[in-house]
Amino acid sequence: MCLSIPAKVLSIEKDIARVSVGGSELSAGLHLVDDIRIGDYVLLHCGFAIQKISEENALEMLSIFNEIAQSEAGEI
Amino acid sequence: MKFVEEYRDKDKVQLIVNRIREISKKEISLMEVCGGHTMAIHKFGIPALLPGNIKLHSGPGCPVCVTSTNFIDTAIEYSKNRNFIIATYGDLIRIPGSDSTLDIEKAKGANVKVVYSVLEALEIARQNRNKAVIFLGIGFETTAPISAAAIKKASNEKIDNFFLYSSHKIMPPAMAAIINEGVKINGYICPGHVSAITGSEIYNPLCDQYKVGCVISGFEPMDILQSIYMLVDQFEKDDPKVEIQYKRAVKPEGNLKAKSIMNEVFEFGNDWWRGFGEIPRSGLKLREKFFSFDARHKFPVNVQEVKEIKGCICGEILKGLKTPADCKLFRVACNPSNPLGACMVSNEGACQAFFRYGVRKNAKFEK
Repeated sequence: MCLSIPAKVLSIEKDIARVSVGGSELSAGLHLVDDIRIGDYVLLHCGFAIQKISEENALEMLSIFNEIAQSEAGEI
Repeated sequence: MKFVEEYRDKDKVQLIVNRIREISKKEISLMEVCGGHTMAIHKFGIPALLPGNIKLHSGPGCPVCVTSTNFIDTAIEYSKNRNFIIATYGDLIRIPGSDSTLDIEKAKGANVKVVYSVLEALEIARQNRNKAVIFLGIGFETTAPISAAAIKKASNEKIDNFFLYSSHKIMPPAMAAIINEGVKINGYICPGHVSAITGSEIYNPLCDQYKVGCVISGFEPMDILQSIYMLVDQFEKDDPKVEIQYKRAVKPEGNLKAKSIMNEVFEFGNDWWRGFGEIPRSGLKLREKFFSFDARHKFPVNVQEVKEIKGCICGEILKGLKTPADCKLFRVACNPSNPLGACMVSNEGACQAFFRYGVRKNAKFEK
């Protein structure tokens, strides 16, 4: 029920965006979020964008894993 | 960056699993609160990756599962009125009431519409001004702001034949109730999308009062395993705290705009949860200002006393006391084609997760 999926914003008209989820196009209400731009990724839940996804934080987590992987490879 | 595949990398998953195995010494019980996590955990086979001293329990975070039979019976009564249109998220129509389901009523001619978004329900109301459109509002803090936005839109645009029948609930009181009932939990894997709205501070009282770790987790395998690592690390160091693993979607303060809309439209009230009974201040009721959109006030109905399904242990499963494999009805009498209990109907219920991903009683996960 609280399932939300990452969706890429393709276009915006007033308070409704068209978004892409794995190639499928859907509508997303923008009533609960501010400052959404074309190209942003949002969390889509029951037809509404509920939060913008932070690419910076997403990359940070992945880079930590890469560092750990590299340091472990170095230990061997 | 698609925010999905990047978090399913097999080698990195193994890396986290190795780290968990290195640091985990004591027996630890963790509960994933959210039904979405239950599904993901079994879909990705996460229990099989963990050492035997780490136990995962499914929690009460499946809105359809905790919705009361009384709510369903009332919705069924509404559906029998030919001047009403019932608009609902799909999960709810197969939930058994005392004597029927919305699905059965629809087959008999009731006007029950499954919608993906509440905006569709508003559109149905706009196009059917001579009918009352009743939207069944279920869900936690993730979904409640959406219903709130719809109420504001109906109010602004004077769509006066749109009504909300709210069973919206909030998560922390149920998480506290579980510990108060004596279920042993050392850490909560906290719901990621609830927290995207609420932020992390809603878990502070829980952590302070019960000394239970709370880590807000994403839904991909690397997210969940990293959250388990963080909780195990806290537990081994005896340092329970509230942390955010799912940083790409959850800010400490949450979504302020959504919280403000939710607060404008709803206030707290007591609510009934399957398995728990009534929990004080755990539900969201429409504020007086919006009573003209409240189905409870506009169309009060008295339903007969609720009949629960004999043998169904859904309530104990939702508290983490039992697993679906402990249920006599599981697989045989109760399965996704013929669900008897709510936890089998919902596609994020623990019973359906166990059925779909083939979890058996006494499964040995130890490598």
